[in-house]
Amino acid sequence: MSAAIEIKDVQKRFGNVSIIRDLNLSVAKGERHAIIGPNGAGKSTTFNLISGYIKPSAGEIRLNGDAISGLRPFEINRRGLSRSFQVTNVFARMTVLENVRCAVLWATGHGYAFWKNVDHLPEVKRRTDRILDDIHLGHRRDVPAGLLTYAEQRELEIGITIAGGASVIMLDEPTAGMSLAETERAVALIRRLTEGRTLVIVEHDMSVVFGLADRISVLVYGQIIASGTPEEIRANRQVKEAYLGEEAH
Amino acid sequence: MTDATALDELKEQPGGNLRFYGIWLIAAAALIVLPLVFSSGSSLTSFNLIGIAIIFALSYNILLGQTGLLSFGHAVHYGLGGFLAVHVMNAVANYNWPLPLPFIPLVGGVGGLAFAILVGWVMTKRAGTVFAMISLGIGELVASSSLILRSVFGGESGITTDRTALPHMFGWTFGPQRQVYYLIAFWVLVSAIAMYALTRTPLGRICNAVRDNPERVEFIGYDPHVVRYFAYGFAGFFAGIAGGLTAINFEIANSAYLGATQSGIVLFAAFIGGTAYFFGPILGAILVTYLQLGLTNITTVWQLYFGIIFIGIVMFAPGGIAGLLMMHRPLVRAGSWPVVIPSYLLAALPTLVFALGIILSIETVAHYTASEGEGNIINLFGVPFDATAPTTWAVAALLVVGGFLIARLTWRRVADAWDRAATVARDRGYLA
Repeated sequence: MSAAIEIKDVQKRFGNVSIIRDLNLSVAKGERHAIIGPNGAGKSTTFNLISGYIKPSAGEIRLNGDAISGLRPFEINRRGLSRSFQVTNVFARMTVLENVRCAVLWATGHGYAFWKNVDHLPEVKRRTDRILDDIHLGHRRDVPAGLLTYAEQRELEIGITIAGGASVIMLDEPTAGMSLAETERAVALIRRLTEGRTLVIVEHDMSVVFGLADRISVLVYGQIIASGTPEEIRANRQVKEAYLGEEAH
Repeated sequence: MTDATALDELKEQPGGNLRFYGIWLIAAAALIVLPLVFSSGSSLTSFNLIGIAIIFALSYNILLGQTGLLSFGHAVHYGLGGFLAVHVMNAVANYNWPLPLPFIPLVGGVGGLAFAILVGWVMTKRAGTVFAMISLGIGELVASSSLILRSVFGGESGITTDRTALPHMFGWTFGPQRQVYYLIAFWVLVSAIAMYALTRTPLGRICNAVRDNPERVEFIGYDPHVVRYFAYGFAGFFAGIAGGLTAINFEIANSAYLGATQSGIVLFAAFIGGTAYFFGPILGAILVTYLQLGLTNITTVWQLYFGIIFIGIVMFAPGGIAGLLMMHRPLVRAGSWPVVIPSYLLAALPTLVFALGIILSIETVAHYTASEGEGNIINLFGVPFDATAPTTWAVAALLVVGGFLIARLTWRRVADAWDRAATVARDRGYLA
């Protein structure tokens, strides 16, 4: 069985600056995989490369065995990969309901249809309602997304990401800026909603990472320096040096 | 719990439908009754122009309000629709084709759509400034071509046609203005319903998503380029219908239909009416058409007033008239709207004085400088003023300064009253 995500020798240069150098990463199907690393290590760039937001300068990325490097984001999304953003990235003037519903439309096969009434699509309605319940925003369905609280917008961000039913979910710092209580709630939410799917998550909060992840990869200066179970990572000397700042020089 | 919600939905559904169809039924009834109440030739002329302007402004809002595309060349589709309609009308008359006049607007629509399909793919590749600039370029390109390609566009005089020469329908010749009115009214209703329905489709919703955040749309499976292309096609189609109706109404198509002025006016109408609500451009089209018809008779500097109104709306009410009206919805729901009414009434008088002062100032300057030899008498709402008399200048200055100072105090009271009313609405959960 092929891996959900397979990254081989991927490089990304902006001009002369190498952001990602020989990135190799494999995420198995159904795995919860966390990517950690210091600021500027290239975590968000890695996300952008996988999701098609930017194109790799060299190397190959495969999703469920198919090469996706160089494809546009919507093409990658249609193949079953969906991502969230570190900075909340919702449809601000549209209501919560419409935000989620838009994210459901492609997956339910309605595409660019201009001959169907969007309110009369039972499958769309069923899935939208379920996701609104899942992200605890059912009571806020008619509020414009731009007027939600920060934590609510983060939850909506997750809702939009999972709404299409993608098999691979990528979350970029989903709990950034949240209070302790909000973080706990968000982690429970993520755990529940990604059940049976592959999850790749970038996160700074180590309690979240070690509580949620089956495997962890450590990214430093554009390279994976270690990949393993939480126990292995915790015990890894190289990781301690690079990531926790206990460097020798 | 589930039963209760199901019951609620059952109750809600027919009520919602009734309200939905009710609005269109009322609109249809109003369109039928209107020429019976106002039956003079000049009001029919106005209604015809307003009807066409409504379709045109609504089509523009598919781009600006629904998809977030600012076009400076929308009249291209309107004008080309008009030209195709005129050519087809002449062909129908010459070759005795069995195509009655009421279907001609559809021909105009096809013309607008065809050109949208042709240029749209390249134009909609990018939104924002790039799109705006290309639309401006295409607009200029087509407008200047229309003066060069004389056989197609008829040069400066345009191409004429005779709407009564087409096959008749139900015994209507469409010679009398009232029959043309009903033809336009029919297409206004059909187009408005179709464009409203479009906003309720998956494509319509994704257009809104592209407007709000095109980047994110790519990550929910949609290509924003394709979405914009579809929107552009629909906007071109309905603009073409409006152009076809204009061709029928005036029995002529000329290069002015597709020029920058026409593109500017439709932007103006949609923006003044309010692009965030479907009915906004309808209000804008009505107001702008009336202003155009009314102001041009009264004053030579009517474009100046257009400019002032536009700047005023952009600065103080970016949501347009519809935005101003809909601001009050939460207050009405919360029942706190009576709080703001007295402050509005109080502010109305000094604001009016201020506005009169500005109008008098503009007219005084205009008459003093421009209308040499025509007499310098300004007739302002029945009161004559002499533009060369110092007292006129003094009165104008007094009205502007005095009006502004007093009006400013009352505007503060409006703001205070508004805050109080909004707080109540917020407390009752009708305002976020």
